[in-house]
Amino acid sequence: MPRNTPLYHAHVGAGARMVDFAGWSMPLHYGSQLAEHEAVRTACGLFDVSHMTVTDFQGAGARTLLRRLLANDVAKLDGCPGKALYSCLLNDHGGVIDDLIVYLRGDGTYRVVSNAATRDRVRPYLAEHAAAAGVALVPQDAVALIAVQGPAAVATLRAAWGDAAERAVALKPFYSVEIDGVFAGRTGYTGEDGFELIVGAADAQAWWNRLCDAGGRPCGLGARDSLRLEAGLNLNGQEMDETITPLESGLGWTVAWAPEDRGFVGRPALEAQRDAGPKHRLTGLVLEGRALPRHGCDVRTGAGEGVVTSGGHSPVLGQPIALARVPAAAQDGFHVVIRGREIAARAVRPPFVRHGKVCV
Amino acid sequence: MSEVPQDLKYTRNHEWVRSEDDGTVTVGITDHAQAALGDLVFVEPPEAGSTVGADEACAVVESVKAASDVYAPISGEVVEANATLDDSPELINSDPYGEGWIVRLRPTDTTELDQLLSADDYRQLVAEE
Repeated sequence: MPRNTPLYHAHVGAGARMVDFAGWSMPLHYGSQLAEHEAVRTACGLFDVSHMTVTDFQGAGARTLLRRLLANDVAKLDGCPGKALYSCLLNDHGGVIDDLIVYLRGDGTYRVVSNAATRDRVRPYLAEHAAAAGVALVPQDAVALIAVQGPAAVATLRAAWGDAAERAVALKPFYSVEIDGVFAGRTGYTGEDGFELIVGAADAQAWWNRLCDAGGRPCGLGARDSLRLEAGLNLNGQEMDETITPLESGLGWTVAWAPEDRGFVGRPALEAQRDAGPKHRLTGLVLEGRALPRHGCDVRTGAGEGVVTSGGHSPVLGQPIALARVPAAAQDGFHVVIRGREIAARAVRPPFVRHGKVCV
Repeated sequence: MSEVPQDLKYTRNHEWVRSEDDGTVTVGITDHAQAALGDLVFVEPPEAGSTVGADEACAVVESVKAASDVYAPISGEVVEANATLDDSPELINSDPYGEGWIVRLRPTDTTELDQLLSADDYRQLVAEE
């Protein structure tokens, strides 16, 4: 039996088509994925992302532990309470176990939000390292996560939360604040302005109702995927996995090489790959015609074969787009093989769309 | 519940078939199928004049979620594909049994039509899924 989030009944009641995702029963859409996508690009959409994994780290050794476990450096958060950092969690070979966001909280503890699909791999891994370092790992499982995304996210949050919203609205991107037991981050996965709220499970339904009444449109995992693809954002398990490094998946910028004496899991393997030159890189593709590239489609280039890691229809471009892992040296001659036919594609640098505007 | 018009024939692959007065048959995908696929964004039509065998893939419909073959319910010659779908594939979502039709075929052997499911049979098939 799949697990239900605290908002399960709200979804079913709203007529959502529910699907099993990583062991959770989640809304795929509430009638039209395209209309939900449009709402986020032009107004405000709401996403139940309570399937994500929230884990807190407390204790004097938490900073040292996370500096060793994460490829990005939580020292960048020092002195900036509320600030967030995106990072990969690597294995010894430099492969990506998961990607996550770590927040430095006002009380000096750390909060990590990682993926749903990797929960059973990541939680025990983190727990083992935390125990060895004497750091308290506190799973936050009695919570709901609600993403409020789109150009009208600020107005929606204000209408739903009243005066208390002002401290959240004042946040710069990638900062967070805690107000009356609600954790609000100026973060998201859509390429639009917005917030991600962590609220107690018991308050989830009331929050969802208030945000809907304030004009937020419920959006499912379908729109979440097409929005993040347009935004050029990676999805763990598609763009990267434990056999793919950040350097091969467009995430080199998230690896903190300095200071050189910071040892972190996967560093030796990554350094070797960096020095030899990665064999692959991630690129964006815009395809001719209308046929849609899908995960796993072959890519042909002037410098060898690649593969589509994510693909689909871009509602904003009105064209098929993809992220693809291609030979590092590939410059031209990009074609995607769809149902046996080679479809010409233009290589572009993601994002495809940001803040509602086409960028490619 | 999805709509299943009584006057049409159906396939196990979720196509519907309507016999026209001129001896051709019109084919589309059912309301149940379009709902399962989600928003349609592209239809790859067959070429007029080509021939297809029963249960052969004759078109592809792509939704935001996945690509699906549309199978020819019977053998025949492609008379016409619905050109309106080139620019408006969403008609399959909004009007699956009307403006969202996909292809018109001239049957090679009209007795193949007798093998298709009735509306009642198809309703039962959907209920069992």
